[in-house]
Amino acid sequence: MSTLRDAVLRRPGSRLRLAKPELLAPAGSLEKLKFAVHYGADAVYIGGQKYGLRSNADNFSIEQMREGVAFASRYGAKVFVATNIFAHEEDLPGVADYLKELEDAGISAVITADPAIVETAMRAAPKLEVHLSTQQSTMNWQAVRFWRDEGLPRVVLARETTMDEIREIKSRVDIEIEVFVHGAMCSSVSGRCVLSNHFTDRDSNRGGCCQSCRWKYDLHADDRSVAEPGRNLFTMGSKDLCMIEHLPELIEAGVDSFKIEGRMKSAHYVASVVNAYRQAIDAYFADPEGYELRKEWVEEIGKAANRPLNTGFFFGTPGATEHIYEPEEKPAPYDFAAVVTDYDPGTGTATVQQRSPFRPGMTVEFVGPGGRRFSQRIGELADSEGGRLDAARHPLQLVRLKTDQPVQVFDIMRKKIG
Amino acid sequence: MTASAVPELLIAAGSASQAERYVEAGASAVIVGDSRFGMRLPGSIPARELADAVSRIHARGAKAYVSANRLFRNGELEGLPDYLKAAAEAGADAISFGDPAVLLNAREFAPDVPLHWNPDMIATNSAAANYWGRRGAVRAVLARELNEEEIAGFRGGTSMDIQVQVHGATNIYYSYRNLVQSYMEHLGKEAALVDRGPDKGLYLIETERPDLRFPVYEDESGTHVMSADDICLLEALPDLVSMGVNSLYIEPLLKTESYNMTVLGSYRAALDRLAADGDAYVMDPKWLEAIRQIQDPERELSFGFLYKVQVY
Repeated sequence: MSTLRDAVLRRPGSRLRLAKPELLAPAGSLEKLKFAVHYGADAVYIGGQKYGLRSNADNFSIEQMREGVAFASRYGAKVFVATNIFAHEEDLPGVADYLKELEDAGISAVITADPAIVETAMRAAPKLEVHLSTQQSTMNWQAVRFWRDEGLPRVVLARETTMDEIREIKSRVDIEIEVFVHGAMCSSVSGRCVLSNHFTDRDSNRGGCCQSCRWKYDLHADDRSVAEPGRNLFTMGSKDLCMIEHLPELIEAGVDSFKIEGRMKSAHYVASVVNAYRQAIDAYFADPEGYELRKEWVEEIGKAANRPLNTGFFFGTPGATEHIYEPEEKPAPYDFAAVVTDYDPGTGTATVQQRSPFRPGMTVEFVGPGGRRFSQRIGELADSEGGRLDAARHPLQLVRLKTDQPVQVFDIMRKKIG
Repeated sequence: MTASAVPELLIAAGSASQAERYVEAGASAVIVGDSRFGMRLPGSIPARELADAVSRIHARGAKAYVSANRLFRNGELEGLPDYLKAAAEAGADAISFGDPAVLLNAREFAPDVPLHWNPDMIATNSAAANYWGRRGAVRAVLARELNEEEIAGFRGGTSMDIQVQVHGATNIYYSYRNLVQSYMEHLGKEAALVDRGPDKGLYLIETERPDLRFPVYEDESGTHVMSADDICLLEALPDLVSMGVNSLYIEPLLKTESYNMTVLGSYRAALDRLAADGDAYVMDPKWLEAIRQIQDPERELSFGFLYKVQVY
């Protein structure tokens, strides 16, 4: 299928005129929000203390939301709140008041699946945009049109939607379309899974998901196990989504928001993934015809996580190689060692706050937004009073060290594991 | 108790003749449909045969509902208008939907047929049901994961009819992926070894729960995992009826026709006795015993989530 880009490239002198999509990142905590925004997210989505699907995450209080909104607004970024449960009767009282609190706190949008919450938000908190969550499993243009006609400005498509289907949806319905481009995926149609309810009495659609799809199962046919001894067992677990290599197609399909999954992921992970996608999107818009994928972006993604990746349903139904049958995932190759909190250009000395132990003689990597990065062998370490340290052992401890190149506040110092 | 308070006894059928037998066995309403449009039907009845099926069900005094509750992709929308028109022309008493695309098409192509909102596990509260009610639905099909208190709350929160599954397996996981086929390919086996359809006897055993067998199958809409137990709410019927549940659904999937007929017979006997005796109703243990005798010993008869409290 010829893309819009091909068509434009065949017409000399013409330029693509496409809107720059939003890069939307997860923020499981205030610190992660700051990293996500600083590293280039146009918007972040967070969980509040009610009505969200990550009941195990470090969810935001209203006060923390205000702080997050204030921080994000300094970068021109927005904050969305996931209120994406399917409510039960007992959850309904209080929804309107809560949504009003979000509106007052400066939240830009709620990501909502339950029509009960959709209509309450539109009535009680009209300044909040209502985005339809992927949990509603929307994957055809008529369903998208339905929600547009209901007054919603944006639909997050089901992860089952293909690239061709996205193009058709965008061509037929005038609405913002958000798609997941990176991170872990439900292998079920999102929302259509109650494995956790059955295995553990935890309600998956109210935040209790215990990822039973990733457990191991013995598939039986004719009352006999299908797997021979020593072979991998059956699982429903999917590899993670990664679309960094296909951004031009997504942009040209007209996707309005690129969403990264992972409110439970680390600040290091969020910063690294956002950093890579930010650079790719900016590079494309700086020069669409000359755009080329850079291996540094792909490497950057691989530094904070080591999960097998795939392209989901974008180019067809995932098959045998898109699922994780192998035993254990490997740890990330790099760990978050420290974050830069100050830099003195006169002496070339950085002050960093410890996130995991490091010591003189180790080689670390400094990385900042826009792909700035360099390798650094750690020389002497000093505490904040100037006293010499043989190691930075304590979490959140402030430590000074000299760097070969200038660094900036929020730059990440990462160390190789093993 | 008045006769009008006796709820409907509903089952899905895979053919017109099976629907007739289910009505004879006690069903007062039957769901039929084409499996390209309806989710997890026990058999497929194409649009051109709907009129025959519906009229044969009507001839026996039962209602006929047409299922259109799949989720649709762009390329699957094309057949919807003709399917819904066929349902309307057949005289279907309702069309069930889960995808809003069906709602839009039904407004245009089957405007006089009542709609049942049936999105499986996400029908969890009355306010959501009312949302669809204001857009044309007259019935909500409740998620199987609600307990007694939640069903009562749901009932109290809406004037729509509510339908509750009282017997059989429930779907607990639905994917667009072909998970059985993918796994067989991973093992390097012929995918054909595992034929498609719900009656191939495939099941999953989670490694730490060796006593539970979760049936799994693939069809044209993806992979379905079913519960390891069968709901059986026969003993709770008086509570469900007095609560005001309007329709009691028996899930026929993964069961033989004769099993389903026995189940229908027991629930029919109980409902008739309830209608006759009202508050003096006492369950006859032989109704439950008839089901127990034919129940697969590997599958427990349970109350599902009726008395459970879930956390999250």
